[in-house]
Amino acid sequence: MDNITKKLMQRSESTRKDTIGRAISMTALILIAIVVVSIFVFVLSRGLSTFYKDGVNVKYFLFGTTWNPSVTDPATKKPYIGALPMILGSFLVTFLSAIVATPFAIGTALFMTEIAQKRGAKIMQPIVELLVGIPSVVYGFIGLTVVVPVIRTIAGGSGFGILSGTIVLFVMILPTITSMTVDTLKSVPRHYRESALAIGATRWQMIYKVVLRAATPGILTAIVFGMARAFGEALAVQMVIGNAALMPHSLTTPASTLTSVLTMGIGNTVMGSLQNDVLWTLAMILLIMSLVFNLIVRAIGRRGAMK
Amino acid sequence: MSKSHRGAVISSIVVVAIVAALGTAYATRDKSASGTSITAVGSTALQPLVEAAGEEYAKENLGIFINVQGGGTGTGLSQVSQGAVDLGNSDVFAEEKEGIKASQLVDHRVAVVGIAPLLNKDNGVKNLSTAQLKAIFTGKITNWQEVGGKNLDIVIINRATGSGTRATFEKWALGGAESISAQEQDSSGMVRSIVATTPGAISYAAFGYIDSSVVAASVNGIKPNNQNVATGKYAIWSYEHVYTKGRPNAQVGKFLKYLTSTKIQSTLVPKLGYISIHDMKISRSVNGQVVEK
Repeated sequence: MDNITKKLMQRSESTRKDTIGRAISMTALILIAIVVVSIFVFVLSRGLSTFYKDGVNVKYFLFGTTWNPSVTDPATKKPYIGALPMILGSFLVTFLSAIVATPFAIGTALFMTEIAQKRGAKIMQPIVELLVGIPSVVYGFIGLTVVVPVIRTIAGGSGFGILSGTIVLFVMILPTITSMTVDTLKSVPRHYRESALAIGATRWQMIYKVVLRAATPGILTAIVFGMARAFGEALAVQMVIGNAALMPHSLTTPASTLTSVLTMGIGNTVMGSLQNDVLWTLAMILLIMSLVFNLIVRAIGRRGAMK
Repeated sequence: MSKSHRGAVISSIVVVAIVAALGTAYATRDKSASGTSITAVGSTALQPLVEAAGEEYAKENLGIFINVQGGGTGTGLSQVSQGAVDLGNSDVFAEEKEGIKASQLVDHRVAVVGIAPLLNKDNGVKNLSTAQLKAIFTGKITNWQEVGGKNLDIVIINRATGSGTRATFEKWALGGAESISAQEQDSSGMVRSIVATTPGAISYAAFGYIDSSVVAASVNGIKPNNQNVATGKYAIWSYEHVYTKGRPNAQVGKFLKYLTSTKIQSTLVPKLGYISIHDMKISRSVNGQVVEK
């Protein structure tokens, strides 16, 4: 009897393991939370000091069209720090590449899930996965040696610009959108397809009217994820966009993005100076935008959940 | 105490322990090592020289390690004035960089770099006056025909704002004028390959980057070469500076001496495309005053 009492009163081996497991995962969670919070605090405190410490007008920063932080505007006695050219550049390459990539991604995904499942799984799946794993510097280098000269011969000028950036980003985000769309299409229940075919729909009608409709929220999520990747991509874009902080008035003249200005400038500025602070503000905009992309994904997930 | 509470308590203890361990590690970090390890940060143009010299130096002086990092002139100057590193490599005088207290820093000139205008071969131009360069880079001349070349639009390629090469070029070739906003690249190698492949392109880079794929234009009829820099005929050049905060300590001072020694200046310096400070027949102050040596 004593033995049983003892056994019941004492914590068993499994309970102990349970506690340890819980502790390990909690530790990981807390550490990651600390990292995320510190990044936010750091970037926000640096980025906001442009407005607080250096007294820059927020509207002037966001909508000014001249970017040259090392030169002072004789009229306003303030440096030229209008970030609109880079903000526009970032959004343009992001939206354009998403617009170009989406039809290709959906087409590929449909082929892999609805039309040729076996070949899709055998050939296309590895190709898409391979494309995801290629480092961005490789994309950038190919862009520089292939895309830029082609654009130059077709459109004239130097070949650097938003169009080249769009083409490189299109290839980069294509696998992201494709693989996520494949997952969504696979999650469309089989009986949707069977019911559609049973009432006499052709395969195309089934795909167009049932499968794609049911998968719309997932496809939108995939597009937003692709856009988030395009928005944050620095190296490959920097190599082909030309990095001129000018308002983009044509697709084939040099422009710049938030990321390209950041990577170009951060080593040449002195910590704590205005020139450095404005770069942090650009980083803050990037961070906020990635947050916005995340919120959009969640909103789509909530609103458009399949019923 | 419930199970979940127990887990939370243990995990917070672990987190506190990790933070404490890192803190202790920082507080008790090996300070004796800073005597045998010299850290240099800054200009990517100067990095190869300091790195190569550092390796040689470490071979000759066992136990001393020279740690060289890039990061750019701005990073180098701000880190050295904060006292975070021993040496700050810079392409420009500290006085010329905004936000740096130059009076705290001691300048050590270790090499000279000449900068030449780079032109695409199709432009049909081999010589430009400083007035023409200024007109081109400020956007007043937009076609090569206007300076005696072919009917070809001028494509300006700049280095990033704040780069030492750009600052030197604007100061000495453009007479202090700012270039108009044009496309920017963040390395001289990239600049050269773009100039080589883009008809109508003009940019600038250190002599070390000149090769047969581009035209290095003469300025006011004077060829960009080491000899013309050394005699002061060719004006577009800059010192490569290594800054220390205050007087360097014995170890750092010894390494700086080694950098300017005849051995390094006559072997590594020309090999890596710089001009030795011993070859210079003139010297130039931060204000641009030239004195015969």
